[in-house]
Amino acid sequence: MPAAGPRSGAGSAAEPVLEVRGVTVSFGAVTALADVDLAVAAGETVAILGPSGGGKSTLLRAVAGLQPLDGGRVLWAGADLAGVPVHRRDFGLMFQDHALFTHRDVAANVAFGPRMQGATAKDRRARAAEMLELVGLGGFGPRSVATLSGGEAQRVALARALAPEPRLLMLDEPLGSLDRRRRDELAAELRRVLSEVGVTVLHVTHDHDEAFAVADRVAVMLAGRVARIGAPVEVWRDPRLSAVARFLGHANVVEVGPGGAVPWGRLEAGPGRAVVRSDAFRRLSPAEAGSGSARSLGAAGGSTVEAVVVDARFRGDRFELRVRTDPGGVELVVLDPELAPAGRRLAYAIDPAAVAAVD
Amino acid sequence: MGRDRPALRAAPGTRPPVPQPTPAARLRAFSSGLPAAAASVCVVSFFAVFFAWPVAGVIAEGLGSAGIGPVADLLASPAVRSVVWFTFWQAAASTALTVLAGMPGAWATARLGFRGRRAVRALVTVPFVLPTVVVAAAFESLFDRFGVADGDGLRLRHTAWAILIAHVFFNYAVVVRIVGAHWAGLDARMEDQARVLGAGWLRVFGSVTLPRLVPSVVAASAIVFLFSFTSFGVVLVLGGPGRATVETEIYRYALVRLDLTAAAALAGVQLAAVIALVGISTFLERSRSRPEPVQPIGAVRRSAFGPAANLAVMAVLLGLPLAVLVERSLSTGGGYSLRNYGALLERVNLLPDTAAAALGNSLMFAAAAAAIAVAVGGSAALMAVGGRAGRLGRLTDAGLTLPLGVSAVTVGLGILLVLDRPPLDLRTSVAIVPIAHAVVGIPFVVRTVVPMLRAINPRAREAAAVLGARPGRVRREIDLRVASRGLAVGAAFAFAVSLGEFGATSFVPRRPETLTAPLALFRLLGTPGTALRGQAMALAVVLMALTAAVVFVVDLVGDARDGAI
Amino acid sequence: MHSRSGLTDTGRRGARIGRLRLTAAIAALALIAAACAADDPPSVEGTTVTLLTHDSFALSPETLEAFTAQTGVAVEQLAVGDAGQLVAEAVLTAGSPLGDVLFGIDNTFLQRGLDADIFEPYRSPGLDDVPEQFRLDPEHRVTPIDYGDVCLNYWTDALQGAPPADLDDLTSPEFAGRLVVQSPETSSPGLAFLLATIARYGDGWEDYWAALRANGVAVTAGWEDAYYGEFTAGGGDRPIVVSYASSPPAEVIFADPPVDAPPTGVVTDGCYRQIEFAGVLAGAANPAGARALIDFMLTPAFQNDVPLNMFVFPVAAAATLPAVFVEHAAVADDPLMIDPATVEANRDEWTDRWVEIVLR
Repeated sequence: MPAAGPRSGAGSAAEPVLEVRGVTVSFGAVTALADVDLAVAAGETVAILGPSGGGKSTLLRAVAGLQPLDGGRVLWAGADLAGVPVHRRDFGLMFQDHALFTHRDVAANVAFGPRMQGATAKDRRARAAEMLELVGLGGFGPRSVATLSGGEAQRVALARALAPEPRLLMLDEPLGSLDRRRRDELAAELRRVLSEVGVTVLHVTHDHDEAFAVADRVAVMLAGRVARIGAPVEVWRDPRLSAVARFLGHANVVEVGPGGAVPWGRLEAGPGRAVVRSDAFRRLSPAEAGSGSARSLGAAGGSTVEAVVVDARFRGDRFELRVRTDPGGVELVVLDPELAPAGRRLAYAIDPAAVAAVD
Repeated sequence: MGRDRPALRAAPGTRPPVPQPTPAARLRAFSSGLPAAAASVCVVSFFAVFFAWPVAGVIAEGLGSAGIGPVADLLASPAVRSVVWFTFWQAAASTALTVLAGMPGAWATARLGFRGRRAVRALVTVPFVLPTVVVAAAFESLFDRFGVADGDGLRLRHTAWAILIAHVFFNYAVVVRIVGAHWAGLDARMEDQARVLGAGWLRVFGSVTLPRLVPSVVAASAIVFLFSFTSFGVVLVLGGPGRATVETEIYRYALVRLDLTAAAALAGVQLAAVIALVGISTFLERSRSRPEPVQPIGAVRRSAFGPAANLAVMAVLLGLPLAVLVERSLSTGGGYSLRNYGALLERVNLLPDTAAAALGNSLMFAAAAAAIAVAVGGSAALMAVGGRAGRLGRLTDAGLTLPLGVSAVTVGLGILLVLDRPPLDLRTSVAIVPIAHAVVGIPFVVRTVVPMLRAINPRAREAAAVLGARPGRVRREIDLRVASRGLAVGAAFAFAVSLGEFGATSFVPRRPETLTAPLALFRLLGTPGTALRGQAMALAVVLMALTAAVVFVVDLVGDARDGAI
Repeated sequence: MHSRSGLTDTGRRGARIGRLRLTAAIAALALIAAACAADDPPSVEGTTVTLLTHDSFALSPETLEAFTAQTGVAVEQLAVGDAGQLVAEAVLTAGSPLGDVLFGIDNTFLQRGLDADIFEPYRSPGLDDVPEQFRLDPEHRVTPIDYGDVCLNYWTDALQGAPPADLDDLTSPEFAGRLVVQSPETSSPGLAFLLATIARYGDGWEDYWAALRANGVAVTAGWEDAYYGEFTAGGGDRPIVVSYASSPPAEVIFADPPVDAPPTGVVTDGCYRQIEFAGVLAGAANPAGARALIDFMLTPAFQNDVPLNMFVFPVAAAATLPAVFVEHAAVADDPLMIDPATVEANRDEWTDRWVEIVLR
């Protein structure tokens, strides 16, 4: 991944420039943000990942100053932003619905920020042209915003947010309204543009593919809290909380007894709860399964499982098989390069590296 | 941060690099709200001094001496009750008819991409400036000319129908302009969607368009109702001397009978009714306002026989009386000539100045009144939708509509009663005329602008703030720009109202050198002589033409797209 | 054009008022000094007097300039609505008057002004030249300036030379559906005509109006919609209208194309005489200037200018009428009048009864 900012191996940024400390926001009885902590290093892109209603947009609005805090602080370079009004924070925010100014043309939209900074007309015009060029919309300046397609509007909104050179750029579901193909393309382009500019970014999305594609670090927000934060790979491999695991699409969360006892046998994990990623399973050939090597494999430290196929879904590069273990009767989701008809009995080896304890 | 930030930073030091939460920063945050607070104070004091205080003064003066007894007796009398009833139903019927008549016009000016759309919008505003006597004469002559076969004519004179028709004639523009301005800003794709889903045009209108238009339809209805509620000349001239409304009774008691107690009691009834109505309408308008989520789409062509037929009828209803006026202004002696127009440049004995000079005065007063109305009404509209002002803003929003529904007699006499001491000894000041006109013009600005401001996507305001616009700047850049079409409509109405206003003005002492066109017209029509009558018609036509021209230009400015970088 | 400065005038006006007050104070001091020294009239030189009138007030521009030239007093004019509004507003602002002199209160509303004590008594020397019949206020709180007769007018052609001879004729079948009058509630000539019938018929006036109604009288709210709506002049179908004895001269002066004789005539029976008065307003800022202006109103310069500007007749015996008036204006045979106090005491009751009889 072509990272622009420093890679942080841990859950916290090396030298945080933006710090969110214990921020709480409530709407009546509903708590949108509960004691949220977050630190972002200069030049870093952090994705805020979570389901709708998880408080992601509220966090952006709180950082931008659009949403008054019920508790906690937002700091920039160590200074509290409490007394700093929205327009003096020097942050950019790209709204989910773009919120383009319908009464102005494309160039005037992009030049708005520089105009607020008091740039001369000549500079503004040049800046607008430069930004539109950057997002691949050179020559769109005189167009009415009403004539733009969804993708074009998104690019104009990005150009507008970047034009005043914000020290922090916040993107709220920037690719949300696009189809998957355009989304992948634009995510890559977004990554290119942002690394070119080198700005610090908070990127809100509900899509983990998108988050993993653009972010240096990912913060998973669930029910108004940051449930997990870390580099994409870490978060993916070690979600730590079963709720995070489920949100990321890890279907196999199992209870592990003393000595790794699970309903179908044994698992290479301590007592408690563990997540077994769907890509942890390697199908054993009938020979391997029948030779008792499965058992010996298990005895050697790895673990195996035998299960009956319930149904199968084609996933393009793989098949997603739903299987029921026998013994145990636990339903697992397995990614398998080969199709297997319902009712077929299969044996799998489980890669211990793809098993992580949660909760 | 170690990041290179080239160009564009305007000048070093214009902004602190990293704002600290110092007292200074807090003060800045606070002071950025100051202009808005100052505007609120201006709006409220303007309303208080030139409307609330005078009206309260008259009512207090009238009711102060009398006890509750005589007032209650008066209000309970069958005569007064029937007057109140007639006032209500004729206003309600006029409003219903005007809205029905005006909706297709609003649709056409908002949605049809025909040439001369702006000209049509300007022309429909014209009836606003015409004095009732002139309109009545035109209507009469029409009724006579197109009467039934036996030559008896269609005698609408002195019937309730004549009142209703005239109210539609005068107020058609209110519906066309206010609803039209709102309509033009709605996303036509929603209608397209409904049509794709299989709805006919009537169904589309009823289930998709009308619900979104409710705020502006309510706003326009409120204005038409209040105008009809307080209409004076139309009731007496076209309805006949036997008709009485609350407004004509206030006039009669206050000025003919000099019974200020009865006048004040009726003024109180009128005020209470108007407060109730304005309260309901602003509530409806507010509760039904929804920001439009998507961008507006421009004019769309569509054929619809129903609206087209209605438009033809309205063209006749509006056009023929105006055509009659033009014809009369041109007829001199036996034939047609421009002599009546030439005569406007010479002073006749009855007038202190030439009619042309009176037109000049009227234009100046109207410009001043429109400017005041836009400034005060625009600020009030911003107050009304701004979150901070809260209850005060909402009260101002409703309160500033009241002058439309309160008798010119009450306001006029009130000004004489209370503004007689320094520093507000304004009774004989020249400024009082445009101010009195602006008081009536402000509701138009407020009622057209507020629905448009409510339709602004709040994210657009936030986007501007995030991009570095101060709260005041956000209002200028977003709210005012979006509201510019509404401001233009409001300004045009305020201008037209001022140009044709005769009610409150006639109570305010005026100097002869500030002779206005409506006044000159009344003087010309108040003395026998065919030449005077011809000149009066010519003056009315010039008044019409000037109104149309000014409204046209104001519209042009308001519609201009902002391409400024 | 004076009006060009209209909107920016406020500030300067404030200054002028300030100066005015100062001047008035100096004038008052001078007055006391003068009163001690001799019996000379006080000097009003350099002051301004404010004339409060109705919208129908008009004069040739040079007339008031002549007054200023003679006395050094500038005249500022203020006009409000019609005569009824003028009186109502003067009564409402009693004690804090809008001007120094009020011109335009007539004998139908005179008592209202007198009862409200809005005038300071002043007897102008010019009154000696005014016939006794116009001097309705023995205490000289108001001074008669002009008069006009409200009379029936008719369209000569439409009546083929057989106009009604008197009020009685209007109830005959010959004139059924031919008369239009104004409501006394909203119209000054309408009220005058009602008073004429009361003066003529006494208690029988109600029967007379019942007969007029039976004979198809039309009623309008104001003069304009009667004369230009129902009356033949405006294309209407009623050839008899309540108007003024001075209407025919106006029909000649303002005719297009020019005519030698008016198309209308006047029924000289049953006319009601309206007399217009001027008075010094109590609490006037410049009472001396006000008195000087009233004196001026009775001079030939003013009196001779009145007919062609306001279409009324001057009260001064010495005044000369313009030729067009002499030729075409009718003079009422025996004008009817009711004493102002009686009018004031009964006006509301009479109009209420009239509404009952004619409109309900």
